Amino acid sequence: MNSAQIEIQLIASLVAVACAIPGTFLVLRKMAMISDAISHSILPGIVVGFFITHDLNSPLLIILAALTGIITVVLVEYIQKTGLVKEDTAIGLVFPTLFSIGVIMIAKNANDVHLDIDAVLLGELAFAPFDRLIIAGTDVGPKALWIIGVILIVTLIFLLAFFKELKVSTFDKGLATSLGFSPAIIHYGLMSVSSVTTVGAFDAVGAILVVALMITPAAAAYLLTKNLKKMLVLSVIFGIFSALFGYWVAHWLDASIAGSITTILGLLFLVVYLFAPNKGIIAVLYREKQQRTEVSLITFLLHLKNHDEKSERHVKHLNEHINWQKVRSKTVLELAQKNNMIIINNNIVSLTKKGNTFTSKAIDYIVTNEDAQIEDMKDDFFLFRG
Amino acid sequence: MDLKEYFSLVFNDYTLRTITLGTAILGAVTGMLGSFAVLRKQSLLGDAISHAALPGIAIAFLITGTKDTNILLLGALVSGLIGTFWIRGIVKKTHLKSDTALGLILSLFFGFGMLLLTFIQKQPNANQAGLDKYLFGQAATLVESDVWLMAIVTGLCVFVLLLFWKEFKILLFDADYTKTLGFNTKTIDVLITSFIVLAIVLGLQTVGVVLMSAMLLAPAAAARQWTNSLSKMVFLAAIFGAFSGVFGTAVSASQNNLSTGPVIVLVASVFVVFSFIFSPSRGLLFKQIRFIKNRRDLELHKTLAFMHQIAETHQDISHPHTVKILNNFQGYTKGTLKKLVDKGFVIIQSNMWSLTEEGYKTAANLYNQQTDSNE
Repeated sequence: MNSAQIEIQLIASLVAVACAIPGTFLVLRKMAMISDAISHSILPGIVVGFFITHDLNSPLLIILAALTGIITVVLVEYIQKTGLVKEDTAIGLVFPTLFSIGVIMIAKNANDVHLDIDAVLLGELAFAPFDRLIIAGTDVGPKALWIIGVILIVTLIFLLAFFKELKVSTFDKGLATSLGFSPAIIHYGLMSVSSVTTVGAFDAVGAILVVALMITPAAAAYLLTKNLKKMLVLSVIFGIFSALFGYWVAHWLDASIAGSITTILGLLFLVVYLFAPNKGIIAVLYREKQQRTEVSLITFLLHLKNHDEKSERHVKHLNEHINWQKVRSKTVLELAQKNNMIIINNNIVSLTKKGNTFTSKAIDYIVTNEDAQIEDMKDDFFLFRG
Repeated sequence: MDLKEYFSLVFNDYTLRTITLGTAILGAVTGMLGSFAVLRKQSLLGDAISHAALPGIAIAFLITGTKDTNILLLGALVSGLIGTFWIRGIVKKTHLKSDTALGLILSLFFGFGMLLLTFIQKQPNANQAGLDKYLFGQAATLVESDVWLMAIVTGLCVFVLLLFWKEFKILLFDADYTKTLGFNTKTIDVLITSFIVLAIVLGLQTVGVVLMSAMLLAPAAAARQWTNSLSKMVFLAAIFGAFSGVFGTAVSASQNNLSTGPVIVLVASVFVVFSFIFSPSRGLLFKQIRFIKNRRDLELHKTLAFMHQIAETHQDISHPHTVKILNNFQGYTKGTLKKLVDKGFVIIQSNMWSLTEEGYKTAANLYNQQTDSNE
């Protein structure tokens, strides 16, 4: 590993951390698409800044672009407030328009702008180490590293100073207002941080990767935990992991670093989406199946309790009358037997004492309509789950 | 080339005619289907799908090695559909919200697509140049067969819309009711979503991945402002879309260095801004005018009510009072007084005013009639 490679990985990791922090809050506040909008609509700000400074790394450019990002948010909120269209339509109208303006400005001045739209969308991390920051003649490292470092520090200060406010206003706006925090200030603070992070990161990794780095680690972490602090830590870890791993995949494939980091993020999310305990798709499907069987079981027990006549309690009757398939009735019968709720004599099913108590309680809960409690009851009575 | 020249060329020049026709058809079909996307609150779905189509293009190229538009678009269609149904899977089966799901699929698929594109670029294959036109679109590369494809898809789309009009409409406005009526909501839903994906994929070559969502939304959002009827809205959106296509092509052809996609999007945005401001029933301008008018009426009412209070204390309601006593009252100006005179509620003689019979009656009933008289 040479020093340029180390620097690239360092920049990628810092970008990942700087994105993961605001990203977590954007995902929790259901504003994930705002990051997409900002990442596109900062283009005109960057172009105008570039016309003025002729330097892609100038601080003025970052300020102008961040301002465009905030203008986007304000515009979206203004359009939304007029009630003419819904919020998502407002987002979808504003950012392509601003982006088009940016593209046209670049196209009209193609001769004196060395600004490639592909570079804006994708960034080129591989070149980042060659643009050095030189203070008083000494080389202190790549410019991109300094920019993203400063942004990360500002983000961290914002996070630590306002963690409580952010947390409360994210989960309970009403409570935040009644406690005397202004949700508007926190909102625009978060938006500003997101804009600045997007702008700072876009140069290195491009607009799309910024979106991916903001949303994906947070979404994956959200599937694994419900604790805000844990979610933040997890998304930071996910971000850094994909940044480093993605870099080496790009190195191996000789392809875009940004694209490869995004792909690793995608695979990471896919794994979490499939296998996350409780929230993962496999766990959800398994639980749905379990609940279906258990609901059938309760229905079956209710049926038994309601009917004393033998014909209604014959095993075969399940297939004929309740219209269950063979497999299903077999699972239900077995589950009930395993849990000692029924006994079968000569193919006639009858409730045990335990089954009887369970069924009466189940009726109570169904009548009072408290869905949540039926789960506790299942825990009390079931030795085996469906 | 200026605009005038352009319009004369449209009818003679083959390339220009093809492009203009292509963008017009594209605008019409995206406008129509976009209406459904907007009303179903799936506006950003278009953005996600168009980005999600990119890896499909790259994979189709990697497998076949050709740059045949139809094959690449088929790849885009498959990848767009996978993206769409993954989004639905995430929203349905996990607690992640739709915005997160959209952002996830959008950025992840696009990033993967870019990885493949850069990978393809490094391959020793002379045929790869030009794949990146799908990023921003190049209307100039439209040929007659592309326009035919668009026309066929549009025809199919119109046919299906007409055939299932009732189903689409009812699903749009009351999904639960649709289910109770016994319609297969899932099929209708999949059908309309697939058509939206198809329209987006068609536009990739012309407008490109990044700006395609605006083509879907802008005409529909503009059309929404002018009508409350679905059929009119779909029709209007198609017209707005087609005009954006034609004007956008015209403007970009008449200037150097202007790519068509962004110009079309800007023209469509102009339609939206115009509709937002000038639509008679919902527009901001008329809303503001109505607001001012209502406020004036209210002030007039206040003045009249104040006069009524004074007149009540006298036996003769037409007993004159000086204008001066109105001065310390907020709603009063010379203009409002003059208006009251014009309406025949008040008579002015030099510096004195008095209520007429009619004015007294109106003022007395002012607050009784409040419910029917205020608009």
